[in-house]
Order: sequence, then C-alpha cells, then structure tokens
Amino acid sequence: MISEESKARFAKEVAKYPADQKQSAVMACLTIVQQELGYVSPESEQMVADYLGMAPIAVHEVTSFYNMYNQKPVGKYKLNVCTNLPCQLRNGAHAMDYLKAKLGVDNNQTTPDGLFTLQQCECLGACADSPVLLVNDTKMCSFMSDDKLDQLVDGLRATEVKS
Amino acid sequence: MNASQVLSKFQASGVETCFHNRHISPQIFADLNGSNWCLKDYEARGGYQALRKVLGLDGGTGLTQDQVIATVKESSLRGRGGAGFPTGLKWSFMPRQFPGDKYLVCNSDEGEPGTCKDREIMQFNPHIVIEGMIIAAYAMGIRVGYNYIHGEIFQTYQRFEEALEEARAAGLLGDNILGSSFGFQLHAAHGFGAYICGEETGLLESLEGKKGQPRFKPPFPASFGLYGKPTTINNTETFAAVPWIIRNGGQAYVECGKPNNGGTKIYSVSGDVELPGNYEVPMGTPFAKLLELAGGVRKGRQLKAVIPGGSSSPVLPASIMMDCTMDYDSIAKAGSMLGSGAVIVLDDSRCMVKSLQRLSYFYMHESCGQCTPCREGTGWLSRVVDRIETGHGQMADLELLNSVAENIQGRTICALGDAAAMPVRAMLKHFMPEFEYHVAHKTCMVPAYV
Repeated sequence: MISEESKARFAKEVAKYPADQKQSAVMACLTIVQQELGYVSPESEQMVADYLGMAPIAVHEVTSFYNMYNQKPVGKYKLNVCTNLPCQLRNGAHAMDYLKAKLGVDNNQTTPDGLFTLQQCECLGACADSPVLLVNDTKMCSFMSDDKLDQLVDGLRATEVKS
Repeated sequence: MNASQVLSKFQASGVETCFHNRHISPQIFADLNGSNWCLKDYEARGGYQALRKVLGLDGGTGLTQDQVIATVKESSLRGRGGAGFPTGLKWSFMPRQFPGDKYLVCNSDEGEPGTCKDREIMQFNPHIVIEGMIIAAYAMGIRVGYNYIHGEIFQTYQRFEEALEEARAAGLLGDNILGSSFGFQLHAAHGFGAYICGEETGLLESLEGKKGQPRFKPPFPASFGLYGKPTTINNTETFAAVPWIIRNGGQAYVECGKPNNGGTKIYSVSGDVELPGNYEVPMGTPFAKLLELAGGVRKGRQLKAVIPGGSSSPVLPASIMMDCTMDYDSIAKAGSMLGSGAVIVLDDSRCMVKSLQRLSYFYMHESCGQCTPCREGTGWLSRVVDRIETGHGQMADLELLNSVAENIQGRTICALGDAAAMPVRAMLKHFMPEFEYHVAHKTCMVPAYV
C-alpha cells in the first residue's frame, strides 16, 4: 500500500486534468508509486487502475511502454548512464564500462548487496554535461569523470555504513 | 553526509554550459546566473511586460488576438523543436471561434540526442516559457495548457512546477489574469522515458495517459488534438522567444536574424569540442563562429564531420559544414536540417561506422512498434551496421543498408522512420570508403576512437 502523502500527490495530479480525463494522470501516479515503493508491481498497477477508473491492462501498457518504469525491484540506487552518441564522444560509454568494473555487474544487473542497479540508457537531454547519469530517475549527475564516479559510489556506500 | 547530499555534489550548475559570456546578443539566456530564475528576478529583467502590453496594462491600448498573431508572423519565428514551421502561421490555424475546449501544449520532451537547451531554459528561466504560453493562449483564445516535460529531467519538472506556483500566486495564471477578462490555466506533466513522445501526436497520446504511439495525420492537432479538441503544440524555445518579439516587434526580431530565419537560436554544441554547452546566437551566424565560441575542436584536432540538427539530421562533412551559416535555409541547402539546433561535432579520430552503430541502436530501441517498416527496418539497420562494425559485414550489406533505409523513409505514420533512415543514408553517402574499408579489413580505417 502507498502512503497518505503519495495519495495526496495522486489527487494533485488528477486535478490538473478535466474531470472526465483522469487517465491523463496515470504516468504521474505510476511515477509516484515507483518513488515510494521502488518499482511498479501488478498490485500497484491494479491500485492505480482502481484510483483512475482504468482497466488494469491499460495501466500495464503504460508501465511497459515507457523505459523508466521498473517492472521488477531494483537496487536502492538505480544508475542510468547515457551512452548515446553525443555522450559516447565524451566518455559516456567509458563511464558505463568504469561502473561495470567498479560495481562488478553488467548492464541491467544489481550488486549482490542490493545497493546499485546499473543500466545503460538513451538520451537524458544533458549532452553537454557528459558523462552524465541519472540516479533513481530524479537526480542528474553531470561531468562524471572516473574520479567523480568513485566519489559517487563510495559516498553512497559510506552513507549505508553509518545508517 | 546523507545520500541526498552526496548526489547534490554532482548537480550541474550551468556555469560551463549556460552562464558563460560566449553567447551573442542573447534574448532567452540574457543575464542569467542560475539563482535568478524566480518571478521577481524575471520581472526585474523586463519579464511579463510583454503580457502587460498585450493586455493593455502598460498604459497602452493592448493588442488584439489578430495583432499578436500578425506580430509573430512578421517576426518569421520558426518552430525551434525541429521542423522549423512558421509559428505565426501555425497559430493562425487554430479555429479561435470553436465553441468547446481548446488546448495549448508545450513540447518540452527534449530527447533528440544532442539537444539540451530546453532543460536549461526551464531550469534557469522558467517564467519566459510561462509568459510565452500565456500570450499564445491569449492570441488563440485558449484557456487551458500543459507543458509536457522530458521525464529524465525530473528536477527541471519540479522547478517548472515551482515557477507555476509563483505565477498563480501573482495572478499571472488562473481566471482574470492581472485583473483582465482573460483566463488561462497552465499545468506541468512529465514523460517517463520514451523518445517517441517528442513527436507531437505521440506526446498527445501520452498526455492522455496512453502509450506514446503517434497518430496518423491528418487530422492535424489544430482540428483534432488533445482529447480530440483543437490543440496547438509548440516547442519550449519557441514559446520562450515570444515575449521578446511582443516587446520589440516582429521586424526587430527578423533584423537580429536573417530574412525567413528570425531571431536568435540556442545551439546545443556537444561532442568533440573544448567547451560543450548551449550557445545563443543570431540566426545566420557562421558555423565557424559557433565552433570558435565552443572552444574549437578538442585538443587541436581536425574537424571531420558535423551532425547539425540532432541525431536524426543527415551528417555533413567538415568541408561542407565550414561554409554553412547556422539557420534553417543554409543547412537545408547543404543537404541536412537545422532540426533542434543540436550540433554534434566529430573530430578526425572518429570512426563513422562506430558512430552510426550507436545511433542505429537508438532508433531500434525507441521505435514505438506500430508501423512495420520502422519496427522491423530499424532492427535491420542496427543489426547490419553492428555486424559491419564488429567485422562480420559483407560488401552487399552496404547496398542492403541503403535499400532498407529507402524502404522505411516515407512509409511510416511519424517521422521516426525517416529519422532512423536519414543518418544511415548520409553516412554512406559521405563516408562510403570507411564502410568499405571496415568490410574489407574487419577493422577501422580510423586508427583510434578516443
């Protein structure tokens, strides 16, 4: 189940659209679910479908069409590294390789401790900031040299030790 | 330090890419520093004066809907999203007298590889987009609008939401804007990872809560758009250009560009340059000047080729590109497209087969799957380029690539098919010896891809 806070966010999204077009809020609602629960399960799709008055399959069509929805649980930090051409020209592909080696995982894999999921992705729309990656769909990290990738991964690991 | 603090260390400041002094006569990016995005800062820069002028709240008599559209037509502003369609003309297609709901949509689903301008406009100057949209809504008699923002730039979506709240609180959005009889509601929506939603009818489907599969046109959005109602869709940068035009007049806008190519344009320069970033310069600025502003080709290498308008636009060799000026007509004459103004620079260390390999993979990945020529054809293109790059190609593959590309182009509902085919055909046209070498020697003609 999702929190009251997320439900309040649902209502705010639905209010943006005409009363008979609640379905327009489906992408935002699924995003809110993912932000709270980490992924979109069939049960979550059913919940969103009920909330918006949609068929569950229509919600699933959305979850499965858009790249950023996690249809399965992912690590605590999902790292999406852009490797498209403009980034490939500025070490984006190298950053992906560097993270593969550092984390010991391949594309679309999660570290055994459940902390990091690594995914190659398409254009993030930040081509001049390359190498660039997106953390948990929300935080864009720019100019990610090897040194900064170390700081990112080691820094996030360090927060785990403390907590 | 908590996780949020760790991550914030890597957030872009915009210093390298936007707040540099290498713009030429900027209008949208003028006087920005990253912290002055708020309403009060925007108003201090002259923001919302154009809206006040239109509504007759600046001591003048105001502008009629026809006068606003005529001014935009006179400015020769052309759509900044890629197609370059004249904005004033598009606005005149909206059936203003239509009795039911009409919608205004801003296409901020910026995902064309190489393009990163709309993100910085909305992050650092969001109110200029809001003001442009209010004026557009006024001109077309529209009362509700949406700004559909690329899901990957969620922080920018949140920034835009903040700016909307400010505008609502100040009476700039809502019923009776600034006490006038005109009302306009504006909301932000976001995507979640689908390049195809940058296509305007794919975007509308997405905004309706569906898969972003483009619609067959006609009917065009002006008659059958969001929820089947008349809808006008423009790019973020297009709306951002409007306040300056209203304040200074259409003719002044033409004069800071060149005929048929009015105004300034923000070019996102990426790839092999010393200073990648956004550069706002007048339309018609020589490419050589733009390259110079971006610090020239990195490490003093030689320019090999340029993809001048986002990854979908045909590549041009250096010799052709260095004679071009940066405007719709010059780039079109040279055999490519200005597109979104995303300039991807490749230096002499680049293998064109490897470069095309990544682009062809992208189009295969992002094809929405509804048209057979695109769904199947982009897979063929990607696999054939891939086998040439990895040393498994045959000479017949080169003809096969052209044949598949030809059979995609013009045979699909939307332009993604063309966008996948054009880079392949242009690469083969201009760099065939590299492809032949790859097939014959199973390795690159260019020694290093570094």
